[in-house]
Order: sequence, then structure tokens, then C-alpha cells
Amino acid sequence: MRKKHSKHEWKSNTLPSIVMVGPVTLLLLFLVVAPLIFVAVMSFCRTDQYYNVVYQFSVENYIKLFNADYVKIYGQSIIIALLTTIICILVGYPFAYIIARTKSKRKQLLYMLVIIPFWTNSLIRIYGWRSLLGTNGWINTVLQFLHLTDGPLDLLYKQGTTVLGMVYCLIPFMILPLYTAIEKLDGSLLEASSDLGAKPVSTFLEVILPLTSSGIFSGSIMVFIPCLGYFFVSNILGGGNSDVIGNLIERQFKSGNNWPLGAALSIILIIVTLILVKIYQKMGGDMESLGV
Amino acid sequence: MKRRRKEKMHKRINVIFCALVYTFLFLPISVIVVNSMNATTSKPYLAWKGFTLDWYVKLWDNTALLEAFGNTMIIAIVSTILATIIGTLGAVGMYKYKFKGKGIIDGLLYIPVVIPEIVLGISLLTIFARVDIPRGMLTLILAHVTFCVPYVIFNVRARLAGYDSSIEEASLDLGANRIVTFFEITLPVLAPGISGGALLAFTLSIDDVIISYFVNGQTMTYPLKVMESIKSGVAPDVNALSTIILIGTILFVILTQGNLFKKAK
Amino acid sequence: MKYIVELDGVNKIYGTNHVVKDLNLKVEEGEFLTLLGSSGCGKTTTLRMIAGFEEPTNGSIRVEGESIEEKEPFERNVNTVFQSYALFPHKTIYDNIAYGLKMKKVPKQEIKQRVTEMMELVQLEGFEKRYPSQLSGGQKQRVAIARALINRPRVLLLDEPLGALDLKLRKQMQLELKRLQKKLNITFIYVTHDQEEALTMSDRIAIMHDGILDQLGTPTEIYECPKTKFVATFIGETNIFDGAIASIEGGDILVNIENGSILGTGDGFKSGEYITVSVRPEKMAFSETPVDGFSISAVVKDYVYVGSIIKCIVVLPNGNELKIERLAGDTLPQLGSTIYPYWKKEDAVLIHNQDNLIFEAIENITLG
Repeated sequence: MRKKHSKHEWKSNTLPSIVMVGPVTLLLLFLVVAPLIFVAVMSFCRTDQYYNVVYQFSVENYIKLFNADYVKIYGQSIIIALLTTIICILVGYPFAYIIARTKSKRKQLLYMLVIIPFWTNSLIRIYGWRSLLGTNGWINTVLQFLHLTDGPLDLLYKQGTTVLGMVYCLIPFMILPLYTAIEKLDGSLLEASSDLGAKPVSTFLEVILPLTSSGIFSGSIMVFIPCLGYFFVSNILGGGNSDVIGNLIERQFKSGNNWPLGAALSIILIIVTLILVKIYQKMGGDMESLGV
Repeated sequence: MKRRRKEKMHKRINVIFCALVYTFLFLPISVIVVNSMNATTSKPYLAWKGFTLDWYVKLWDNTALLEAFGNTMIIAIVSTILATIIGTLGAVGMYKYKFKGKGIIDGLLYIPVVIPEIVLGISLLTIFARVDIPRGMLTLILAHVTFCVPYVIFNVRARLAGYDSSIEEASLDLGANRIVTFFEITLPVLAPGISGGALLAFTLSIDDVIISYFVNGQTMTYPLKVMESIKSGVAPDVNALSTIILIGTILFVILTQGNLFKKAK
Repeated sequence: MKYIVELDGVNKIYGTNHVVKDLNLKVEEGEFLTLLGSSGCGKTTTLRMIAGFEEPTNGSIRVEGESIEEKEPFERNVNTVFQSYALFPHKTIYDNIAYGLKMKKVPKQEIKQRVTEMMELVQLEGFEKRYPSQLSGGQKQRVAIARALINRPRVLLLDEPLGALDLKLRKQMQLELKRLQKKLNITFIYVTHDQEEALTMSDRIAIMHDGILDQLGTPTEIYECPKTKFVATFIGETNIFDGAIASIEGGDILVNIENGSILGTGDGFKSGEYITVSVRPEKMAFSETPVDGFSISAVVKDYVYVGSIIKCIVVLPNGNELKIERLAGDTLPQLGSTIYPYWKKEDAVLIHNQDNLIFEAIENITLG
């Protein structure tokens, strides 16, 4: 009797679950978990004079990481990421609010128009900013044509340019979660607040902001973390003086040929990421809204 | 009617603000399109030398670029198909069955989404190097499937949230076995979530720069070719190809979801 | 009697949709006034214009003599109880109720005292630290009321507040609201589509139909003396006869209708005028032989037993049905038999025919 029961159970429960969840599990184990563990291991290794990895335990990489030059870049990365996130919130929130609560019949179109630019290759769009910001670029040409400036403005290859590029790449990741959170806002709550005597600013602080804060949190995570790794933005627009941690890592794996050092830097980046995610969860953020 | 005038003024400010943001978003796109018609012939291809459509023709001579684009398409299509299958099966499996470790797998899914792409890229590179897998199409596809699967799963999961599993019971009751039920009942109902996830996977794959940069070996993809051109100066034919892709994507979206662009009733 | 809210020639037009047409309404201080009508009649729009969420296209709205169309909702001293309650999900019950006082910058001590008082009044003591999601429908209802009333508004606006409650709770809350209103002596303007609710709770009812105020009166006036065909049919059940006045002799008005003639009474009518006659089912009687003044006959079709009352459905020759109410226990004519309906002429309400039934009427009526 027992054998028959468990054969049916195998067929209707265990086998299907293995077939369905098996592939994902294997994928995650071999292509996510294993590589990361390997990176952790490698971070404690060294290289020999031929740039081969020597598998002997050593903490020399981690000591190198506290080098003043590196620390300066860490600080720079965080400032750039912070600025980027703040600008994305300041610009993205009102924008998301307006299109999420518009009664226009073209609301869907407005939403799509935010996404469409991102179907073009991001590199070439960032490169486009070079054309716009160069000394003979579009913006300077227009400004001089309108006699708003005497000579060309030096807009390119500054730290600000990198921030601009980061904002440009990452603002949709702020706008979309905000849009979702704001759309869920019940209009009658705003009316009730007004009815009870709250001026628009009070309604915003007391009702709108608390109820859409989840959007701000998930948007911030989705902007801040990638920003630390977007080396190509600082390469194309920053001109060398606005590197982020991603640039450091990239260098070690390509020109620098010091994979263990690169691995150590990556571990640092992972730790920073984990800390931020923990903070996010502590502030009430839920992981599901990150998958949008 | 002071209130109405104040409302009108607010509305005007809103419109101007949104227009500015949209301009910001679309400015580089206009640069790409305009530069694709630049008659310049010498690096770094930045000065404007007149209007021409020649580059759209010269594009077809650029075999390296076209080959890279072809690779990108192949990788995107294969990765999307694989990621969609694995992701859909995974999402449905996790929804229906309880088993030990489900929570862990769930948590692991967030890693590719939250971790910076560069970490994913180098970690895959190190493992491929260690296990001695030659870097090329295979590694690219493996990498793309890896970062696409979680997005497919999240999309399908969202659709599963409102799913009434009693329709599957009805199917079994009427004589269909589990496999038939899956294809006849489960899949069609989940289709919007599956197609949403697939579309997202495709988009992510086509545009992937950072991860591909580390695991591509000698194989060129379209984004990586662009990256190469940036070092020496992006010729207008690259712009032309980008413009074509953009128009193609817009047309595709209009065709498949045309009702989005009509005025909502 | 002082008028606390006055609407003068108020219109609201959305694009081509004329939702409120030339509304003139004066609300008396301390009264329980109900705006009654089916959906789309303009009652909610009217309420929202008083609250400030909509602006009248033209016309004026005055509260306590002061014109308020230019004022934002937070500048008016009226408060609203919303249909969906609109409780702030992220604030405790205490904070929800205290919200209006917080906006007025009332000192914390006073807030505490007033909130406690108000929660006692609506019987929600002990719920201070809970959140709206933890409350039942009826409890949320009471929080919404408390939140609005605590601000001591001159007028309380209620937008179908009981719609989401089950029948028993709704009946309970109707009495509760009435009791509160009387106790606090606040003017209530109440919106509903439920005519029974309106009849139960209101001092006066304003029936709206298609953006127009059809009639304003006490429940009794509305029920016994409807001024339009819509009011007659909307409130309670009634039998409607369309016809033309054949003759007026003293108090007797003879009306020709399609199947014969009937009797009624009233002032301000002239011979030959097209008219609508409304007779409530409980006022109708029938006899086995024709009665003076009435020449209609009908065939008994069905009896519907409703507990203490029996509704008799009888059919006129032209196919129209009449409803006659009888007490259970009365002797009733057999199914299929022919009877002659009649009534006391005072029990018939004559209404000037405003509809375009004139053309229909012409075909079917022989004028005296």
C-alpha cells in the first residue's frame, strides 16, 4: 500500500518539481554561485611574473586595496553614485508623478516614450553626448549662435559629465518603480487630506510621500548599485578623472592582467552591494519590487 | 475663476517640465540619427560635412559590423528562447510545488538582478577560464541566459499571482494528463507574463555591454563593436545601423501592441 | 430659518455632458437633507462642488452667506465622509482622526482630549493604535465619520457612506447617523440612490434626475404629492396613467386614458390638458361592477405573496399592468376574472405631463 502511494506521489509531485525547477537550480548553482565562490577564492591568490594566477593563500590584494589611490576612487564612486541617485530622484519623481496621474488619453504612449530610447544601444547614446557637449558640439553651437556665451563652454570630460551620463543611463530605473508606486495611490486619499484642511505641501509630506516611499527606495537601489559598476560611462565621458570602482575592476581584468586583485575589488563591491540591500530591507523595502 | 487659472498654470508648468525631460531622453537619439546622415569621411567623424544617405548603403560593405550584429541577434534569440523555457518552467514549478530549499533558490534569483553587472561578468570569466571553456558564442549565450532567467521568472510570477489553479484541476478531471494540461491550459493563460519576460530578456541581451565585454573572447557583438568604434571614432554607418535597429524596434512594438499608441477610450 | 448652504443657478458641464443643470437649492441649518437619485443624476457632482473637488461651470455656492466657489477644499469649513472611506492606510486610527486638527495646528493636549471624546462617541475606544487594514467595514465607516466630525464642520457631506455595508449593518448605521446628527446639531447633506434610506433618515429630500432638481420636500410630501412623473415612480411603487383631462366639475377631474376614464382631483389644471395620474398600489381598490367615474376594467393575472401583504397584478386591455395591494386575509377575486379598479379621487395625484408622451397620447385618446 505504501509503495503504491509514494509512486503516485513521485509522479505527481517530486518528478514534475525536479523537471521544472531543476534547470533553474543548475543554472544558478553553476553560473552564479560557483563563479562567485571562485572569485572569492581568487581574491586571496597572487599572480606570478607571467601574470598567471598562483593558488596560494595571500591577503596582499586586500592590503593593496587600502592604498590611498584606491581609497580616493572608492570615495569618488560613492559621491558620483550618490549625486546620480539624488538627481534621478529630484527629476524622476515629479516626472513619474505627472505621467502616472495624468488623465490624458495618451498615458500609455507617454509611458512607452520613456522606454523607447532604451531600445537603442546605450553605448552609442552615451557617445552621442560627446557630440552634444564637445567644444564644437550641438549645445555649444546653439549657445554661441544665440549669443548666450562668448566662447565655447568646457562641458566634456568633467566629473559632472560622468554624473550626467550616469543619470541618463539610469533614470528609467528610478522612473519605472516610482510610476508603479504612484499609480497605486488612491486619489480619494488626496481629496480626503485636502478636505481635512491640508494645504498641498502638507498633503505631499503627510500622504503622498509616505505612500510612495517604496518606489523611491527601490528606484534608489536600482540606480546606486549599477552606478558603481558602469565603467563605460566614465570612460566615454569622464576623461579619466571620474573613475568608479567598476573602472578599477575592468582595468585589472583587461590591461592590468591581475585577476586576483580584480577579484578582491569585486568582493569589495559585492560587500557594498549587500550592505545597501540590507539597509534597503531594514527600511521596509521589499525585494519583489526590484525585479521590475 | 482664480482657481481655474491657477490650475491652468500648473498644467502648463507640468507640460513644460515633462517636455524638457523627454527632450533630455531623446537628445542623444537625435544625434545618432542626424550623424548617420553626416557626409564626413574621416575620423573621428564628428564634424558635420553635409547631408547624405550614403552611409546607409556603405553599411552593407561593413562586414565586420554586420557580422557582429548577426552574432548579437543569434545570441539574443537563442538566449531568449532558453531563458524563457527555463524561467517559465522554474516559475511555475516554484509556484506549485513546495520543497526544501525553495526559499534559497528564490533568494539566489535576486543575485543577477541586484549585483552590478561587472561582478557577474568577471565571475563568469574566471569560471570559464578555470574550467577551460573557450570564450566565444557559447560563453556569451551561457552568460546571457544567466542574467535573463531571473527577469523571466519575475514576470511569469507576477502573472501567476492572480492565477486560479482550479482550471488545471478541471483539465485533469476531464481526462488530460499533466503534460497536456501544461501545454493546453497553463501556458496559454500565462502567455502575457511569459511574453513580457521574453521581451525583456531579448532587450537585455541585445543591449548587453558589460557582461559580454568580459566573456566574449574574440567574438564580436554589436554593442562591443560600437565600443571598439568609440575608441577610434564612430563612423556614420554605425549610427545608420543603430537608427535602423531603433526604427525596427518601434515598428515591432507598434505591430504587436498597436493599441498602446491609439488613444485609450 | 437660516440657510446654511445656498446653491444659485449652479451648472456643471464636462465637455458636452451637462451634468448639473441650473440647480437652485437652499439647505436649512441643522437639517438632514438627502440628495436622492439614480446614478448619473448629478447628486455626487453637486456634493463634490460643495466640498470643493469640482468647480461649478457657473452659478454660485454660499456657505453661511459666504461665497466659496473660489476656495480650495482645505479652505472650506465643510468636511466629507467618502464612499470608500479614504482612510490613510499608513496612519493609525488615532492619527487618522487627529489629522484635521493637526492641520489646524491644534495643541497636542487638546487633540488628545478631542480624539478620545470622538472615539467614545462612535464607540471605537481602544482602537487608537490600530491601522485601517485591521478594521471591519463598519468600523472603518465610523472612523471616517469621526475623522470628519472632529473638525466641527458647519456642514457634513456624506457620499453614499453606507453602500458597502451589509443590510443589517446598514440599517443600524442609518439610525446611528441620525442619532449623531440630532445630538451634534450639525447640518448633514447626504447622497444616496436608496430611496428607502432617504425616506428613513431625512428631514427633507431633494430628488435629482438627469441633472435637474425634480422636487424638494419632506419624505411625506415626496411620497404623497410627487410633482413629477419621475418622483412618483422613483419613490415607492405606483401605478401611472397618462391621459388628458376630459372635464373639471367642482373637485372632480375626469381624465380620459387609453382604456377608458378615471377620476382624480387637484388644483391648477385645465380642461383638455395632458396629464399623468399616479395612484399608489395601497390606495387602489377594485369592485366587481363598474364604479361611477371609472370606466377601466382589468383581468386578474397573478398574486404575489409578500408576507403581510399580497400584491395583485391585473392587466388592462392594452397590456399595461397595475399593482394593487391588499392585506393578507382579505377576500380576493379569482385569477382570470374581470374586475373594475377604482379609488378615492383624493388618493390620485395629478401631475402636469412634462414628458413627450403627448404624441403617444394623441393616438390613443378620444377627447370629450
